[in-house]
Amino acid sequence: MLRAAAAAENLAIAVLGQAGAVLPAFGADGQLSGQEVFSQQLVTGLSNGMIIALIAIGYTMVYGIIELINFAHGDLCMLGAFLALTIVGALGMAEWSGVGGVGGVVLLLFSAAVFCGGLNWSIDRLAYRPLRKASKLSLLVSAIGASFILVNLGLFWGGLPMDVFAGGGSSAAPKDFPALVSNRDVLTLGDVRWTLNDLLVLAVTVPLMVALTVLVKFTKLGKAMRAVAQNPTAAQLMGIDVDRVIGSTFFIGGALGGFATVVYSLYNNTISFQMGYRMGMDAFIAAVLGGIGNLPGAVLGGLLIGVVRSMSDQYVEARWTNAVVFGILILILVFRPSGLLGAKLREKV
Amino acid sequence: MIRRTASIVAALTGAAFLFAAAPVPGDGGTLKIVSSLPRTGSANSQTTSMVNGIKMAIEERGGKVDDWTISYEDWDDASPQKGNWDPAVEAANANKAAADTQIVGYIGTYNSGASKIAMPILNKAGLVMISPGNTYPGLTKPGTGEPNEPRIYRPSGKINYFRVVPTDDIQGAVAAEFCMKDLSAKKAFVLHDRELYGKGIADVFKKTSEGAGMQIVGFEGIDSKASNYRSLVTKIRAANPDVVFYGGTTQTNAAQILKDLRAGGCKVPFVSPDGTFEEAYIEAAGKENMERDEKGGGGVYITFGGLPAKELKGEGAEFVKRYMAKFGKEPEGYAVYGYEAARVLLDAIDRADTKDRAAILAAVAATKDFTGPLGTWSFDLNGDTTNRTMSVNTVKNGKFEFVKASGTAPAQDH
Repeated sequence: MLRAAAAAENLAIAVLGQAGAVLPAFGADGQLSGQEVFSQQLVTGLSNGMIIALIAIGYTMVYGIIELINFAHGDLCMLGAFLALTIVGALGMAEWSGVGGVGGVVLLLFSAAVFCGGLNWSIDRLAYRPLRKASKLSLLVSAIGASFILVNLGLFWGGLPMDVFAGGGSSAAPKDFPALVSNRDVLTLGDVRWTLNDLLVLAVTVPLMVALTVLVKFTKLGKAMRAVAQNPTAAQLMGIDVDRVIGSTFFIGGALGGFATVVYSLYNNTISFQMGYRMGMDAFIAAVLGGIGNLPGAVLGGLLIGVVRSMSDQYVEARWTNAVVFGILILILVFRPSGLLGAKLREKV
Repeated sequence: MIRRTASIVAALTGAAFLFAAAPVPGDGGTLKIVSSLPRTGSANSQTTSMVNGIKMAIEERGGKVDDWTISYEDWDDASPQKGNWDPAVEAANANKAAADTQIVGYIGTYNSGASKIAMPILNKAGLVMISPGNTYPGLTKPGTGEPNEPRIYRPSGKINYFRVVPTDDIQGAVAAEFCMKDLSAKKAFVLHDRELYGKGIADVFKKTSEGAGMQIVGFEGIDSKASNYRSLVTKIRAANPDVVFYGGTTQTNAAQILKDLRAGGCKVPFVSPDGTFEEAYIEAAGKENMERDEKGGGGVYITFGGLPAKELKGEGAEFVKRYMAKFGKEPEGYAVYGYEAARVLLDAIDRADTKDRAAILAAVAATKDFTGPLGTWSFDLNGDTTNRTMSVNTVKNGKFEFVKASGTAPAQDH
């Protein structure tokens, strides 16, 4: 624990770039100093950003491969959260602790991932694949339609007569998601807290991002995905089953969304049938900011948005936060129309 | 030529129909009452309870006033996209009601912002409007809101809007006083949802606090759709207040703010107004976040314009008993106001005994020493109730619990 605390201190020093000078400011006196506030906002911003990034990857993957802005993505994640809460309720998971508790969280993560992946794959099969040859606009409208269907499914789901849905009396009310992962401090530096919740976010998102990079860069499927993204017709001529590759992309993107939504639910402890809109919007901005179609770009965009949001809440004012985020988006798009890490500009929807 | 004859015949028939429908006292026609409340979204359980109250009031009169048959329609002013009241839907409702001459009374709205839209429309139509839920003072009281309020809501120059709930200029002050006296708070952090109601009550809270010597260490409008408020909580922790006040509703994320405060280790009392006085607030926040900890930190307090159902005495207790017998459930906080709004309207129709909107409006305005579950009260010249009872409530073991009452409770027996 000592070593961990020391590591955190080093990290904070590096972050603030004021080695030595900052330490006296970090006292566990219950009163947050300026540096403590800044570090805490950074921690919060990065945690929120990582969740956004994971969802943004799903957006950007689909865009990269069929140039569709999948508006149903956020709502897909919302349904994943409802599945997770249903499982929590059905198994009485709120009472599990210790190893069981960890196992429960892992179970939630994987069931939501399989569910969201499968659902995303089915949506592609039913709503997008028949329109593959149609104009991009029809595809976009189809995505908006899919989004509406998912939102209404969520509204219906929230009305299930289960205890976790408060008996299902008011299906539209926000639902309390039990705090399966406690809010215990893992690391503290003065009054700056890095909790088990933040650890959960880190422990889920980073390995997934690494795994995805490996998949795209070094496997046969990844190579096929890159080929389809570059030129579907040529890829087909080379013997790649384009529809299968696109299907797999939807599955993987959806599965990442599934992981993200469980982390989101455990981090925020509230879910509602409307949460998909905000999740999707943040992730979409992150994807555009980083350069849509670009995987590291989505991660960078997500982290940036998370941190900007936190800093704006602190140093500007909460009511200006959305304006600040969109302002930065506009600025970046003016000077780099294809996003921070985006490649050359192509004709897009 | 034939066409012309036909149109003349049609015009004559129309005229004859108009004459037939002209107001004849007690001719036994049908009068329609509508309510416009957010029925989609998390306010649903509150508004269902209010609609039940309205239905009860009509049924207790046997669905009739004198020879008039009363028909009632339950309209929704929310949309699924918003999950909350929607300006477009409220405007459509008000226009529909204004155009339908059978409608003689409009019970609504729940959200003050929605009334802002409906009031001028119904005012021009001369249709009486009784709100069972609006608490923003500027809707009726000159000098409490914007300089042009409430004049802009009364284009015809006449008052057609009444409310049976006490307003936020009283409620915000009660909240501030409670924080200072009962919670001994010296510093408060004030948040609001940037809506008419939430910002309005937060402003009153701030003004009262500063006048009485409580320091306001932060005053911020939040993004009510944000996924969490952890950054804001850090800001609050740095300001180190003794209490956090949120001017907002369950629909504008009160529960999430509370959760993030507790998760962020900020264990000060969280005070919110009547927009959170509903079961949905407890459901969304999780009851463990609402309890006080071993050291007496934390806790939530909710102010409410009136007394909670369980504290009602006399006729009020009778109402709760009848309600439970009929619907098998305890009424939510605003059910009694839905009931009272409908009763006042029916009573006015009874006295006017006509389907003439202007006469019914005049009868409602003349309501004096009206006795019901809320005690005995009248409408004042602004259209406000003379009832000023307020209560402070808390949550224990996942249930609302009464803490104290304030204001002059109107006499129960008259």
